[in-house]
Amino acid sequence: MINTMECAVDAQSLISISLRKIHNSRTQRGGIKLHKNLLVSYVLRNARQVYMNEKYAEIYRMQQYEEVMTVCNEIQELNPLDLVEDCEEQTVDCCGSMNESPSLCGALLPVSHQASPVQHIQPTSACSVPIPLQSEEVCKSPDPSFYRSCCAEAYPVSNCDFSPVNSMHCNKTTVLDLDTHVVTTVESGYLHQDCCASLQQCCQDAQSPAKKRKLDFGYYVSEIEEVPDFTPCKRAKFEDSSYACTEPLDTSNISNLISIFGSGFTGLVSRQADLEQALNGQFCSKQALASLGAWTRAIVAF
Amino acid sequence: MAGVGGGNDFQWCFSQVKGAIDEDVAEADIISTVEFNYSGELLATGDKGGRVVIFQREQESKNRSLSRGEYNVYSTFQSHEPEFDYLKSLEIEEKINKIRWLPQQNAAHFLLSTNDKTIKLWKISERDKRAEGYNLKDEDGRLRDPFRITSLRVPVLMPMDLMVEASPRRIFANAHTYHINSISVNSDYQTYLSADDLRINLWHLEITDRSFNIVDIKPANMEELTEVITAAECHPHQCNVFVYSSSKGTIRLCDMRAAALCDRHSKFFEEPEDPSSRSFFSEIISSISDVKFSHSGRYMMTRDYLSVKVWDLNMENRPVETYQVHEYLRSKLCSLYENDCIFDKFECCWNGSDSAIMTGSYNNFFRMFDRNTRRDITLEASRENSKPRAMLKPRKVCTGGKRKKDEISVDSLDFNKKILHTAWHPKENVIAVAATNNLYIFQDKMN
Repeated sequence: MINTMECAVDAQSLISISLRKIHNSRTQRGGIKLHKNLLVSYVLRNARQVYMNEKYAEIYRMQQYEEVMTVCNEIQELNPLDLVEDCEEQTVDCCGSMNESPSLCGALLPVSHQASPVQHIQPTSACSVPIPLQSEEVCKSPDPSFYRSCCAEAYPVSNCDFSPVNSMHCNKTTVLDLDTHVVTTVESGYLHQDCCASLQQCCQDAQSPAKKRKLDFGYYVSEIEEVPDFTPCKRAKFEDSSYACTEPLDTSNISNLISIFGSGFTGLVSRQADLEQALNGQFCSKQALASLGAWTRAIVAF
Repeated sequence: MAGVGGGNDFQWCFSQVKGAIDEDVAEADIISTVEFNYSGELLATGDKGGRVVIFQREQESKNRSLSRGEYNVYSTFQSHEPEFDYLKSLEIEEKINKIRWLPQQNAAHFLLSTNDKTIKLWKISERDKRAEGYNLKDEDGRLRDPFRITSLRVPVLMPMDLMVEASPRRIFANAHTYHINSISVNSDYQTYLSADDLRINLWHLEITDRSFNIVDIKPANMEELTEVITAAECHPHQCNVFVYSSSKGTIRLCDMRAAALCDRHSKFFEEPEDPSSRSFFSEIISSISDVKFSHSGRYMMTRDYLSVKVWDLNMENRPVETYQVHEYLRSKLCSLYENDCIFDKFECCWNGSDSAIMTGSYNNFFRMFDRNTRRDITLEASRENSKPRAMLKPRKVCTGGKRKKDEISVDSLDFNKKILHTAWHPKENVIAVAATNNLYIFQDKMN
């Protein structure tokens, strides 16, 4: 029976459910069902992409916020009266051109004008990268362009526009160059993305480069680099011998799946404690992610 | 045969139900395939326990002209046994995946039945005579002492109680590495194809030690696997043409005259995905679970999780008709994924004149669509409506708002009661619907 309240489509819980299914399929009578596991791997891939995008977006937002606050604080120290007013005006200007995300704007108002110190960022408001699920893969073939926009060489994604269902057009592309660890934002959109750009300009004086900034993607990138040929096109590896084939076991191929999951999740799990305060997302699969080692060992034994 | 789906002059009535009434369903009794033979006289079912049960329609009696002949058990035999592959440490299920009848050419009946790995050709024949008066043995079979025989006699055939024997005539084994999902007899009645997740083989009915591989979609590197074969069928008239469907929602039509290996399709049927309906489960619900040619051979029908589509073989870019089976489940996909229901493989079937199609759903509901009137009807296979010749009442699922009387809300549906297998008599309005371990037979009743 299905619950009356449809369960929230939570990427994390889907990931843990999917991994559990793959694990259980090993002990099912009749051998592993290739078709079912292939479909489960598609769900895994979709959920993982959403999960990763949310994480990246969150980190990007946090990073921006921290930098902006740092700069604003520095400005305050220099000339608390004059620059605060300037900053406030500009903040109001750029906020005025927007429709939403008051929290981030509010967060940038000087402390003296606020009752409480800067609130934590609403996780899904300003600067949130739209869920790519609806927009990517307009074509049938697995199109990794969106994913590359986050963690591949810096080149603009042109064929898939990120237009979510709710018509928030956002043609901003964020690319992370794995070699230089530089995040480049190519914007041609509006709404909350402009907020980010405009807010940069607010505190431009004390800041050197406008758009390019270094992001502390250190531990993400290093783990992604462990998988040099990683693409989201990779499907779960189903070892041939499990399906009664005579080909020999190829452990190097299995390790791809492990490193995909290992790098993508365990690294994030370690960071979860820090982010958890800022995020109000559900971590119902936290245990599943934390115990990913068990799952990966199970997959190795496929 | 007008108004089959929506009911102009025809109403569907309960005819029979076969199977245990027990609430506790044994796994082995779950019906896994249903198939009428070419004349409709015989109805075969296969179950998870590897058994095949064949029902035969009794001749119409003059007294009961309104209800046509009933189906009674004709033969039961164990087709497949569980096996263990010691080399790969895998158990091979005995579940019968498919049964396909061969056209009748003599007094005996032949059918193909398959589990995950092995296909068997069974001969079902009647014996109603017995030879009596042997010289060398007694009537009870004991050997006689040859020195005691003083005279010779010719044995004579005496009538006996009808006995239906099923004997395996051919066993087609060791040709499939992956799980067989389809078999289909060719229109030449000499060959047939069998399909597993990655390959399709062509067999000759007489030859068991050899088969030709005609489709192979296994990638060189299994990590690059993106789709599997989900169903395959031979064209009903053109013995060189067959189709196979994939988990990506595409259908490929192949011509065996073009090449020995039909990896390159002749036609490619695919409907572009609607990007606004994208979700985590888009790939799963687009996977085709069944493909069936129309009797005419001009159309084919595909079943995916939420809909049935009719394709014109001459138009590849989109189906000509799309019928929503249970669109109200689209918002429940997450839960259906959790309880594995999203992986259920529903089948579909045509009626004899190709004017209507039928497929199953949950809560023991099954759906019929009239292609001419575009009317659809939802009926239920349940013991409560099992009075003889009781008319079936159309059911309705309430999708939101106020629930009317007799409607069922989506959340009340029983997802353990699923109708995956249905069959339509090739000539008449008689349908067989498999509901877990019960087989329901319905027929129309002319007003």
